[in-house]
Amino acid sequence: MTEVKTPPARHLPPRVERVNPVAFVLTVAVAAFVIWSMTTAGPSLDQLARGLPNIGNILSRMFPPDLERIDRILWSLFQTFQMAVAGCAIGLVLSVPLGILAAEGLSPHPAIRTAARSLIAVFRTVPDLVWALIFVIAVGLGSPAGVLAIAIDVMGFAARFFAEAMEETDKGPREALSALGANRLGMIMSAVLPAASPSMIATSLYCLEKATRASVVLGLVGAGGIGVELKVAFDLFAYQTAATIILVILILVIAVEQTGGWLRRKII
Amino acid sequence: MIMSGLDLDIEHGSRVAIIGANGTGKSTLIRMLVRLVEPGGGDIRLLGETVRELDAPGLKRLRSRVGFVFQRHNLVTRLSALTNVVHGVQSRMSGPRTWTQLLAPRQVRAEAMHCLERVGLADKAMARIDTLSGGQSQRVAVARMLMQRPELVIADEPDASLDPKSGEEVMATLAALANEQDATLIFVSHRMEHAIRFSERIVGLGGGRVALDKPSGAVSEAELTRFFHHD
Repeated sequence: MTEVKTPPARHLPPRVERVNPVAFVLTVAVAAFVIWSMTTAGPSLDQLARGLPNIGNILSRMFPPDLERIDRILWSLFQTFQMAVAGCAIGLVLSVPLGILAAEGLSPHPAIRTAARSLIAVFRTVPDLVWALIFVIAVGLGSPAGVLAIAIDVMGFAARFFAEAMEETDKGPREALSALGANRLGMIMSAVLPAASPSMIATSLYCLEKATRASVVLGLVGAGGIGVELKVAFDLFAYQTAATIILVILILVIAVEQTGGWLRRKII
Repeated sequence: MIMSGLDLDIEHGSRVAIIGANGTGKSTLIRMLVRLVEPGGGDIRLLGETVRELDAPGLKRLRSRVGFVFQRHNLVTRLSALTNVVHGVQSRMSGPRTWTQLLAPRQVRAEAMHCLERVGLADKAMARIDTLSGGQSQRVAVARMLMQRPELVIADEPDASLDPKSGEEVMATLAALANEQDATLIFVSHRMEHAIRFSERIVGLGGGRVALDKPSGAVSEAELTRFFHHD
């Protein structure tokens, strides 16, 4: 058996690289902030101890789900899905030109590109519930406010991804069309959009999934959909009806996600 | 500066091969002809136009008269051969009817099919580019160029990314088509046998200038190989 010779300890590299003092202070500060946030904003152990039985109590009062109003709930769910589809469609259609204006190499001018990028950032940064509140004030209670809120939210997400997908396409076909004298629109429609389409379709399907989830909660602020039904059920302590609503929402969201996933795999 | 004091006249209807070692500015030179690379100085006259003085619409008009074949086919691989060839009509038309063969007018589709026939790929019209071989794809790119009805054909190493047989087929197709259309052909090639066989004149670049300029019949492969080794 061969004897393994251990090198002298002084030849071994240090286990830890020399710590940068600034990085060390920042790490400690972040860790302190996380702990502080958990202790001040998070639930205390006492609250958890009191809250868990309450959750158990609510869950036990939800079963069995009440199917008496199932026809009304399903109709409301269908309207919610229509709201998601309409908002998503409007948002996606508007995201294509906005994405083109925001894409490097396709935007007609750097200033227009910056403006388009800023608009997308605003759409993305403001949460959909806030857009819903704004549109409820602007166009009144009901699904039109929800559709507009979803459309804006979709634009904030899709336009950014559309722009990135278009930027990442092969520059060769664009150069070839430019060399034969094609105009900018011809280049985009003939070379860029067909090449970016798989990525754009995948993004669109994800947007529909996202919009379906969003459409459920927008009703809580009066922007139409099944969210109103859910809020009323909880307000009236009709937990069995609430359970039915939650179950049908779950089925819809899972169905949309599964269909979207299947379509994405087929297309890409 | 890649080139300086370079002076070159090419007659209408001639076939000229441009050769030279890597980095001598062959691609830059032919790209400058249609301002795919902006020339920093000098004077370029092409098809009666002073290239550097052209405004955007003028440049677009000039480019529509020049067929450019690249080293890579530069086609949209997700689209059919026919749609890619239809795109060539954008040199003289615009709008949705030029974006896809689905919307193209009957006469444009018919012309695109004729162009595919000329490169021997009519039976592949509806095949997606990503299902074709490299040589077939390059021939589709030639068909797209033919849709332009060009007066001048410029090819930047169209045989470079192909195997010897496919490369030769593409070069033979290009030379024959340029001949049929009475179009001028300027091509860059690293394959000496192609430079000699498919051109009437060979221009060698070296040191930023024209270092060799002879009729193809007056040079041998050995002489061209020596030229490469010297420059």
